[in-house]
Amino acid sequence: MSECCSTTATIEVPIEPRVAGRIRTVALVGPPNSGKSTLFNRLTGLRQKVANYPGVTVEQRVGRLNGIGRGDLTLIDLPGIYGLDSYSEDARVAVEVLHGEMPGTPAPDAILLVLDSLQLRRQLMLAAPVLGLGLPTLVLLNMSDLMEARGGEVDTLALAQELGVPVAKISATRGAGLDSITHFLNRKADPLVNGNGSPTMADADRLAAPVAGKIELPVMGNPRSYRQWATGISTRTKYKAPLSNEWTKRIDGVLLHRIWGPLIFLAVVFAVFQVVFSIGQPLSDGFGDVLNGVGARIGALMGPGWVESLLIDGIWRGVASVLVFLPQILLLFLFIGVLEDSGYLARAALIADRVMRSIGLNGKAFIPLLSAYACAVPAIMATRTIENKRDRFATILVAPFMTCSARLPIYMLMIAAFIPNKPILGDLFGLRAAVMLSLYVLGFVAALATAWLLKSSILKASSAPFILELPQYRLPTVRSLSLRLVDRGKVFLRQAGTVILAVTIVLWVMSHVPFHTDLAGSVIGRIGQFIEPAIKPLGFNWKIGIGLLTSVMAREVIVGTLGTLYGADPATQSLGLQAALRHDLTLGGAMALVVFFAFALQCTSTIAIVRRETNSWRWPALQFVYMSVLAYVAALAVNQVILHFVR
Amino acid sequence: MVAIALLSDFGVEDGEEVDLSGAWKLSLLSELAIGTVGVVESLDLPGEIQHHLMHMGFVPEARVMVVRRAPAGDPTVYSIDGFEVALRRDTAKAIRVREYERPTTR
Repeated sequence: MSECCSTTATIEVPIEPRVAGRIRTVALVGPPNSGKSTLFNRLTGLRQKVANYPGVTVEQRVGRLNGIGRGDLTLIDLPGIYGLDSYSEDARVAVEVLHGEMPGTPAPDAILLVLDSLQLRRQLMLAAPVLGLGLPTLVLLNMSDLMEARGGEVDTLALAQELGVPVAKISATRGAGLDSITHFLNRKADPLVNGNGSPTMADADRLAAPVAGKIELPVMGNPRSYRQWATGISTRTKYKAPLSNEWTKRIDGVLLHRIWGPLIFLAVVFAVFQVVFSIGQPLSDGFGDVLNGVGARIGALMGPGWVESLLIDGIWRGVASVLVFLPQILLLFLFIGVLEDSGYLARAALIADRVMRSIGLNGKAFIPLLSAYACAVPAIMATRTIENKRDRFATILVAPFMTCSARLPIYMLMIAAFIPNKPILGDLFGLRAAVMLSLYVLGFVAALATAWLLKSSILKASSAPFILELPQYRLPTVRSLSLRLVDRGKVFLRQAGTVILAVTIVLWVMSHVPFHTDLAGSVIGRIGQFIEPAIKPLGFNWKIGIGLLTSVMAREVIVGTLGTLYGADPATQSLGLQAALRHDLTLGGAMALVVFFAFALQCTSTIAIVRRETNSWRWPALQFVYMSVLAYVAALAVNQVILHFVR
Repeated sequence: MVAIALLSDFGVEDGEEVDLSGAWKLSLLSELAIGTVGVVESLDLPGEIQHHLMHMGFVPEARVMVVRRAPAGDPTVYSIDGFEVALRRDTAKAIRVREYERPTTR
């Protein structure tokens, strides 16, 4: 996967044939949103993405069972499934891994079947085909703490007897009951110790294991028979469903209200932009002052010379100019985290279905599009939950129009430098936030319009049905939100420490060679002036042109590039980056630049993931050309309009 | 066939068999009003979609309650076996249900 957004380290596992009675690989199987990835993170100590909506995990993830001291065993996390049919791309992945047909992933020797105990009666339906696979299986009733707190009950011993496999209650979020997994694996993985699995007294509290007997499975492949079987079992095991979550109903009563629902959605979006400015901007400015202060201090200690120039004017200015946006990016991710963990995302998809339908997609495509506000790469992966292939491709092609967090630095920089901080609706909503919001809207409208174009031309298809499970609301935990922020911060810092660092060093060198020339006469200056005629009508100078070139690697690189170039220019060296830009660009050029960034596909990670997900270079090539042309034309229009009609 | 189903929503204990043959009316899932309950009779959808829905629990004899409609009036949220799933009218139209009408003499 790309460097941009993957925070989970995966491991290489040697593929060996299955050996009867020996367990080396264990798979996590279960319906969507039953908590498999949360459990995976507990058991492996890794940080696979988790959130509260079905379809978060769209491909298999492999890790070692280090969390419970069994690093010799491999655990595979799988996308959620309802049955063993491959209805969508993510389900196909799960089913292929289970059957041992996925190249590069070992066939599982045992299964941990994770079921949400809040809706056990339905979730048990999946137990039928999974048990039918004939692998050693442990059934885990997840969220059992919640079930019991809400007055639910189930007789695990009776359930184990009915299913013919051991059953345990756990809570993956709290890490409760996980020793049952250790016991199961120790017994099954080591054939010398009590291989048949009759429970010892010590195990009995944690792990309800069946006494040998005949188990009846329903007719395979027949959902109706699965349901009858599951219903029968839940009745015989005295399953008492917990009281339904009244809060979910009440909250939905407001958030899905005819009038309030959409209004609240818009109000939340406004609030986010205002917060990013009113809280994020001072944080960023303060952070920037600290970074610059430190740079100046170090520079003064070193005394003038080419080393000081490289380290301070080149590297420090370049890297710091991107780093200052960390607070704002974290604020944005905090908001996205709350959206995803609370369960609201699925409701947003429901509200958006009507709009999505008018452009030929369905509400389910809205979930990847919303997560593209963080980054297009995981969003494009997330399209695997879209059942219809043409709908899925259309969503992949338009996802990069959504304003990802990598655009935030250049947007913030240009807006802070060129747009006055005038209030529009009192202190609630200012001009800067309004410009920022319109850039987000611009990206969204471009995505919808392009999707409509695609769906009415090359990707025409009859409308696919909309089937979406709505999760119950959950209060996002401080732990999971802070883990997200830490992970995101790391990705951002790593990017600044690698790609941006490398680019700034190369740029600094190129802007000082040949020696004893000014910036305009340097290698980089000549390249810049060579391309300047092409971008002049857009209101860009040659430094911006260089930024456009370097930002093909990743969008935020342009800010580092500008930091280095303006730092290398004696005329602007003493100014801050914002002041330097004001000195050198018109309002038209600045706005044209952000509009260019709203449309252009400047991200190698996205291009690579589109290639992978569509399995062809044709689609990413089409996407790149289309978005670049659109960006150029739109930027040209913006600059010319502002040039001729404003002021 | 006489309707024998899980009827905890009607204040009947799980597993208890109740004859409600007189009180059922054939209808389409899309036509049920909010708050009403229907028992799935049959589905008539393209193979893959039908299979998928059935694995989610939409099988004959399953009890479905209409929970709410999306702000735009469509899709509609249904509750089945204790979880909520949203379907468009087009899809719900293809699911035939028996609607339970509460006897007035109680």
